[in-house]
Amino acid sequence: MQMTGAEIFVRALADLGVDIVFGYPGGAVLNIYDALFKNTKVRHLLCRHEQGAVHMADGYARASGKTGVCLVTSGPGATNTVTGLATAYMDSIPVVVFTGQVPTLLIGNDAFQEADIVGISRPCTKHNYLVKETKDLARIVREAFYIASTGRPGPVLVDMPKDVLTTPAEYDLPKEVSLRGYHPNYEGHPRQVESAVRMLLTAERPVVYAGGGVILSNASPELAELARQLSLPVTTTLMGMGAFPGSDPLCLGMLGMHGTYTANMAISHADVILAVGARFDDRVTGKIDEFAPHARIIHVDIDPTSIQKNVPVDIPIVGDLKDVLRKMIRLVKGKKEAAAFREKTLAWRGQIAAWAKTHPLTYKQGKGKIKPQYVVEQIYRITKGNAIITTEVGQNQMWAAQFYTYDRPRTFLSSGGLGTMGYGLPAAIGAQVAMPERLVIDIAGDGSIQMNIQEMATAVQYRIPVKVVILNNGALGMVRQWQELFFQGKYSQTCLPQIPDFVRLAEAYGAKGFRATRHAEVPDVLRKGFAAEGPVLIDVVVDPGEMVYPMVPAGAPLTKMLLV
Amino acid sequence: MRHTIAVLVENEFGVLSRVAGLFSGRGFNIESLCVAETTDPKVSRMTIVTSGNDQIIEQILKQLNKLVPVLKVIDFTGTETVDRELVLVKVNADNGNKAEVLRLVDIFRAKIVDVAPRCYTIEMTGGEGKVSAFLQMLRPIGIKEVVRTGKIAISRGA
Repeated sequence: MQMTGAEIFVRALADLGVDIVFGYPGGAVLNIYDALFKNTKVRHLLCRHEQGAVHMADGYARASGKTGVCLVTSGPGATNTVTGLATAYMDSIPVVVFTGQVPTLLIGNDAFQEADIVGISRPCTKHNYLVKETKDLARIVREAFYIASTGRPGPVLVDMPKDVLTTPAEYDLPKEVSLRGYHPNYEGHPRQVESAVRMLLTAERPVVYAGGGVILSNASPELAELARQLSLPVTTTLMGMGAFPGSDPLCLGMLGMHGTYTANMAISHADVILAVGARFDDRVTGKIDEFAPHARIIHVDIDPTSIQKNVPVDIPIVGDLKDVLRKMIRLVKGKKEAAAFREKTLAWRGQIAAWAKTHPLTYKQGKGKIKPQYVVEQIYRITKGNAIITTEVGQNQMWAAQFYTYDRPRTFLSSGGLGTMGYGLPAAIGAQVAMPERLVIDIAGDGSIQMNIQEMATAVQYRIPVKVVILNNGALGMVRQWQELFFQGKYSQTCLPQIPDFVRLAEAYGAKGFRATRHAEVPDVLRKGFAAEGPVLIDVVVDPGEMVYPMVPAGAPLTKMLLV
Repeated sequence: MRHTIAVLVENEFGVLSRVAGLFSGRGFNIESLCVAETTDPKVSRMTIVTSGNDQIIEQILKQLNKLVPVLKVIDFTGTETVDRELVLVKVNADNGNKAEVLRLVDIFRAKIVDVAPRCYTIEMTGGEGKVSAFLQMLRPIGIKEVVRTGKIAISRGA
């Protein structure tokens, strides 16, 4: 049957099981919006800014494991998605962004609302397409979802000229995707896995370094089983929070710049590191030449380019973590070597416990101003760790990582790689759409929240009951912290004297606003806010002097931590 | 160290910019790049000359392989290859040096492809060393303009 490109597009989404699209209409995609109007299968959520739309699709993907979908118009609609694309790209999140484009004949003519979005987005997408003919559209939609969600996931952009959307063609959605240049390798090489296990079992001071890849591969149960079989201490990256239960005695917490003393000391003294789904990012390694000087490294990752990129690796394994970890478990489970290994590494775990005891994450909530860490801890207590937490970027993000314990994957959603301020609120909305029954909380700062505050209107319009807790310190706290520590306290452009009244702002949007100014009222205000119906903003006025510790200054080795 | 890399790619819209953008975006060098269709019109072959230490070259090869339209990547380092470059060069050809130019053309098995008053245009192919040597010999005579294709390479044997 002949259908227009727009109809083919909407039909393909429905046939691929897409239940929701986050988007914003415009001239170049009018035909799609017309087709959506008639369609009942694909829901569309109208955002207030295209950046918000991509972050929503991203939050939806992180919370659910499914691919997030975003639809915007040409030109500014398309360019507004770039930060969202780059965010998803850095954190390997499966998102497909569809952009309208001016008619094929006008491309290159500087037409109204024209932007070369394929060129612009090339370095921040896993792959992208310009659809040149309507007959290719269904196939390309299919391929886009396939590429976004397989191998190392990532965002894919599909640019659709207006004439492609209006021209009719046969609807032909291929059942299978065949791309001769794209074959992600899922199976870890058995002999490499054997060597890895052999090396691991020689360790006296083993550490597992787990990243976001564990969550992307849904390999948390396997990681937990391997760790328990061998009593392996596990540290996670920011992206790996929840990949391994934070309350497990083997969990060392986060490592890196604002990691725990225990995790940083453990990785620095380790003799074998098993890196799974992590990429030795500079925020994790500190000074790279002095990173883990005693360790031999086993690195498991589905993306070969992650291996040997920043540090030399002794045993590289390219493959899906779930597969590789299962193979490793098979080699150790119930074996007497495993028991002997647990025995011989007892002293190491004793050392780790001693570090944890002498240098826990800490802060002092006196009688004075509210400490932001206290607020995060209270959020944890009240939600019993059952909420999905999103964050903005900066101090709020680090405290949310440090003082809330994540026991399950897909419960901590944060822009780790790109560090995108303004991520948290739209991501929370996306996560809430994916998980309507869960409590979703954005732990925000007063700076970041203002970067995508307009999405409050989206939350209100669709009654998406996200809760935003603003740790309001009247400053761009993390940048100011660096100015305090490394620029002699010259607070250049980091104080925000003109902060809106967030309670009234919430009310102006039609949401509910709450405020806490004394520490004694924090638990009550939070409880009330979380219990209130619909979207809620909770403004917590916190101590502006509070800083994130421990801290490894940029360029210093992990062992040189500023403790308080 | 310099490496010559052959990259087989889908002959499609934007593929050159993906490869070139990968090099510029990640700070890799491109010394030369040649690209043209293969016997299969759907496939193009690029020959890229780049340089870097082992770790950088490993990244370049892996990153190239990661691009969706890249079908195959071959690093010719350490293998027996034939490589050639084509150069077109305009040199001064006055009465005083015409004979010298002709002699060099003969020695290097080059060809004069265009003649103008006081100027010869010469075509020459050869390996990197030969091309450089030829240009060096012509330099004192006076090179007006030179254009080189960059290196292409193919493995020896069947």
